[in-house]
Amino acid sequence: MSATSTAIPAAKPKPKVRIGDRVFTSTTITAGAVILAVLAAVALFLVVQSLPALFAKPGELPNNADNFWQYVWPLVFGTVWSAFLALLIATPLSVGIALFISHYAPRRIAQLLGYVIDLLAAIPSVVYGLWGIATLSVFVQPFFAWLTDNLGWFPLFAPPVSGTGRTVLTASMVLAVMVIPIMTAICREVFLQTPRLNEEAALALGATRWEMVRLSVLPFARSGIISAIMLGLGRALGETLAIAMVLSPAFIVKFAVLQAQSPNTIAANIALQFPEATGVSVNALVASGLVLFAVTLVVNMIARAVINRKPSGASS
Amino acid sequence: MKLSRIAPLGAVALATALVLAGCASNENAPTSSSAPTTAGSVALSGTLNGIGSSAQGTAQQTWIAGMQTQNGNLTINYDPQGSGAGRKSFISGAADFAGSDAALKDAELAGSFALCAAGTKAIDLPVYISPIAIAYNVSGVDGLKLDAPTIAKIFSGKITKWNDPAITALNAGVKLPAATINVVHRSDDSGTTQNFTDYLAQNAGAAWGKPADQTFPYTVGDAAKGTSGVAEAAKNAQNSITYIDESGIGTSGLKVAELKVGSTFNKISATGAAAVVADSPIVSGRAANDLAIQINRKDTKANAWPLVLVSYVIGCQQYKDAAKAKLVSAYVQYIATSAAQDAAATQAGSAPLSSDLAAKVVAAAKTIK
Repeated sequence: MSATSTAIPAAKPKPKVRIGDRVFTSTTITAGAVILAVLAAVALFLVVQSLPALFAKPGELPNNADNFWQYVWPLVFGTVWSAFLALLIATPLSVGIALFISHYAPRRIAQLLGYVIDLLAAIPSVVYGLWGIATLSVFVQPFFAWLTDNLGWFPLFAPPVSGTGRTVLTASMVLAVMVIPIMTAICREVFLQTPRLNEEAALALGATRWEMVRLSVLPFARSGIISAIMLGLGRALGETLAIAMVLSPAFIVKFAVLQAQSPNTIAANIALQFPEATGVSVNALVASGLVLFAVTLVVNMIARAVINRKPSGASS
Repeated sequence: MKLSRIAPLGAVALATALVLAGCASNENAPTSSSAPTTAGSVALSGTLNGIGSSAQGTAQQTWIAGMQTQNGNLTINYDPQGSGAGRKSFISGAADFAGSDAALKDAELAGSFALCAAGTKAIDLPVYISPIAIAYNVSGVDGLKLDAPTIAKIFSGKITKWNDPAITALNAGVKLPAATINVVHRSDDSGTTQNFTDYLAQNAGAAWGKPADQTFPYTVGDAAKGTSGVAEAAKNAQNSITYIDESGIGTSGLKVAELKVGSTFNKISATGAAAVVADSPIVSGRAANDLAIQINRKDTKANAWPLVLVSYVIGCQQYKDAAKAKLVSAYVQYIATSAAQDAAATQAGSAPLSSDLAAKVVAAAKTIK
């Protein structure tokens, strides 16, 4: 390209460098380097501390696991399963709330609702945990009992029902409430950015409001919704305290969501077992943290890939 | 989003710091009062940091308050992170003493201790005894009686109904429902589980079929976090049963089963628990002042309650820092006084050490230097 450009006069003026520029440049470079260094340090710590667990002999690991993968597999399963269930509950709710705020509600109610949803994000997870134990699990237990009695043939609702209601489904409900604020906030912003012309064109063609939403808003917002889901997933995967308090964990892999023994999550397992862990058990917990690190990384990369595949929904 | 998540945490941390600072300054107030310490007439000063057992948490707070009131310039901190964390911190030198529901393991004793003088080891001093209750929540049932094999079968999932013949045989005249038993156990590793499973392994080995372990070994029933979590879960579920530190029952409304010891059924009692510990031998093969206790789970004396947890303060026999040694020695001697033990019994629901064992602890603590 530059070959075709006309010759530039040799005496190109040197850009003036002010001290503020220097300071600012070096500050930003330092900041960028620090975050990379921290990330590298964390990764190094995880890897070094994990090694003894990865090469542990049978009998050294907790839960009578023969090797590390046998130890960590139920935890990975529990982490992904509870996060998946949480998103299953939270996604339709978030999209619905966001649509209501952006396209249906009167302006004042929309603002108030937006505030309330944002407020949910400010509640610490320990409070969600207490709510899960003291209120939600007690409240849902009779429904769980009814489901196992009447729909027990369906594998997810297989009996026996948990006597306390502290199952993976309850934990996922708590998780869902915790991820709804962030998902709703993103969806709402994306919905509001739908080009006015698209919406008006749809209405002008005789579309009802629902048809307008389906024809213009949702296609435009698809990648935004996906990134909202991925952010919610990231939060759900890493949530610790609420799960540790609400879930009744066991060292187990199963899909039934109403039974007392539920697969534990990695983060909750670390929180529960670290205080009393010694020796290789500590390394096993750190190694499971490394696995969570990897799972989260993969999820983030998938999210990036999905979003980048369609740079902007506006093109549709 | 990130900020709004961090902000409440920051606020909580700040509030906690303020509250803790408030505590410390309150206790510093009566500096001039010349209350004599148990160790000597000179008031102690300095800072002592302990980390360890959460079971001891409330008792430690009680003892710290008592100790700091007597010694205005002394600050003692106790962080109930857990027994394992406490022993790790003490071994690495991050804590001056550890609180632990288990005595030091042989592997730990074989290593070196950062704060102890070269070549010297740490010692275990029993300071806290807590009876463990078998608590249940079955409406209409009051005065349940159980023996070790039946408990083992319930908690391993071999008995699943309240009106199982094994239970009704022990409870003539009590109308037990035909309901499923909701077993509730700890989800976190704990000294309570360790002692409970040790009791079952020794008294009902065949029915239990597992060794003592700080992790609950069976996949049965509900798991809940911590003593309070277990109490909450057992309270909320109908027809539930659990094992729990007696102090954790509190106002939950759970009832405590009687335990068959020898040929009689005993009610839970602090004196019964302390008596079992007093009768138990000291673990042999350890340092002279190491009072690790081999709890006699088969004690059948009248009113004995062998389902008991003993928690230790672990410190160096000889500290590198003589000033620290003086503080630890004085603190443990104070803990072993009957006043401190009674205060813990009131505040934490523990069982006071028997006078005999307390005397041994004081004698051992005096040798810390």
